[in-house]
Amino acid sequence: MSNVPDDLFYTESHEWVRVEGDKARVGITDHAQAELTDVVYVELPKVGTQVDARGQIAVVESVKAASDIYAPIKGEVVEANEALSGNPALVNTDPFGEGWIFILKMASPEDVKQLKDAAAYRQAIG
Amino acid sequence: MPVSDAASKFTPLYEEHRRAGAKIIPFGGWLMPVQYTSISDEHQAVRNAVGVFDISHMGQLTASGAGVAPWLNRMLTNNVGKLEVGGGQYTFLLNEHAGIIDDLIIYRTANEEFLLVVNASRTEEDFAWLQKHLPDGVTLDNRSAERAGLAIQGPKVVELFQKMLGTETTLPARNQLQDFAYDGVKLTIARTGYTGEDGVEVFFPANDAVKIWRAVLEEGKSLGLKPCGLGARDTLRLEMCYPLNGSDLTPETNPIEAGLGFFVDLSKKDFTGRDILQQAKENGPARKLVAFKMAGKGPPPRPHYPVWVNNERVSEVSSGTLSPSLNQGIGMAYLPTANARIGSEIQIEIRGQKFPAVIEKKPLYKKS
Repeated sequence: MSNVPDDLFYTESHEWVRVEGDKARVGITDHAQAELTDVVYVELPKVGTQVDARGQIAVVESVKAASDIYAPIKGEVVEANEALSGNPALVNTDPFGEGWIFILKMASPEDVKQLKDAAAYRQAIG
Repeated sequence: MPVSDAASKFTPLYEEHRRAGAKIIPFGGWLMPVQYTSISDEHQAVRNAVGVFDISHMGQLTASGAGVAPWLNRMLTNNVGKLEVGGGQYTFLLNEHAGIIDDLIIYRTANEEFLLVVNASRTEEDFAWLQKHLPDGVTLDNRSAERAGLAIQGPKVVELFQKMLGTETTLPARNQLQDFAYDGVKLTIARTGYTGEDGVEVFFPANDAVKIWRAVLEEGKSLGLKPCGLGARDTLRLEMCYPLNGSDLTPETNPIEAGLGFFVDLSKKDFTGRDILQQAKENGPARKLVAFKMAGKGPPPRPHYPVWVNNERVSEVSSGTLSPSLNQGIGMAYLPTANARIGSEIQIEIRGQKFPAVIEKKPLYKKS
């Protein structure tokens, strides 16, 4: 079974969100990395990019295919995980930790309420 | 690889794949395992130990009767006259424009009997084409439904078969085919493959598929054998620059452009597509299928990504992936002959950005 930490928010497209003050750290879930397997490249968003909720913002590539990553909520990219440039497999080995992808400054912290909580995400992935 | 939405066919091993935790995808009209654990792990198992692939989806046609050899020599590019009984060769089935209908391996199973192992997605088309051109006295059968097969590939393949068939067992030589018996099942074993490693393709009745599959997994356990999916099959063959039908070989391409003239016998006076191939060989083809490697780190190339030379879009990627052995993006593309020189720099456009790549000699991977 996939790991779904209780203290995070989730999207239908399998991103997770960790609220850190007025910022949101974003990655892809354990379930998503298990489906992708073998992450070999992560195209990181540029710092300063403004993005709407569900806007395409990054790309995660496995051996087999390229998958779009979406912004869970509206905001501005303030940091991208440069460690993934050298070691994209961190997305597989530590999806909720070292494998985070980017940090958004949230346009409105209230927006996280529209995301799934852990229970709802667990139900979504069966 | 080409994926069809109309997948409905199952190999006799479908439930075994599900049980082994495979991810299933539609491929050429079949539901096939793309991977069990990870493409990279399965790839490395084949390079370093041994891996088993279900190839039951591949077509198996038999042709027999008086005059079968001269007829096949008119239908196919290679020369079946060079085959002794038990011998096999890679060859092409072409249309009148010398376009590739299919690439296949043909074995002489008796003096006037041949086995054709063809691509899954082309089986019906091949059969219909051959049937249409069938002369009196030759019988053509599509045995695909009643037959199954496994590709068993990797440096430990001989060890595996000595465990299964006895320590005295000698596998047939490269491209040769021979019958063996395993627990009452007739195994037709051909020393061939699509990975660049030592290996075999084994054919047997579909009814025995589960038994043979389980035996191979069990006997192979101590050798580090892994079940492998189409994902690893694609990365392994692309490192060797073996073409994939539907991607690198299509009715719009011919064997000379694909760099596979070795499998075309122009000394044969009469076969479909001969005049066009003769001309392509004499004048040099207008384009060539080249192999390339990405220069430095970057996203892996994928089929249909645009290829640029000197600010001009000249082509698109026909096959591309990340090579697990080289840990680098690799691919193939048809390029105008003037741009196809080994060592030349090209650019691959990925999501609007151009990344440098270099044309390399085939194969892209060589065992050290």
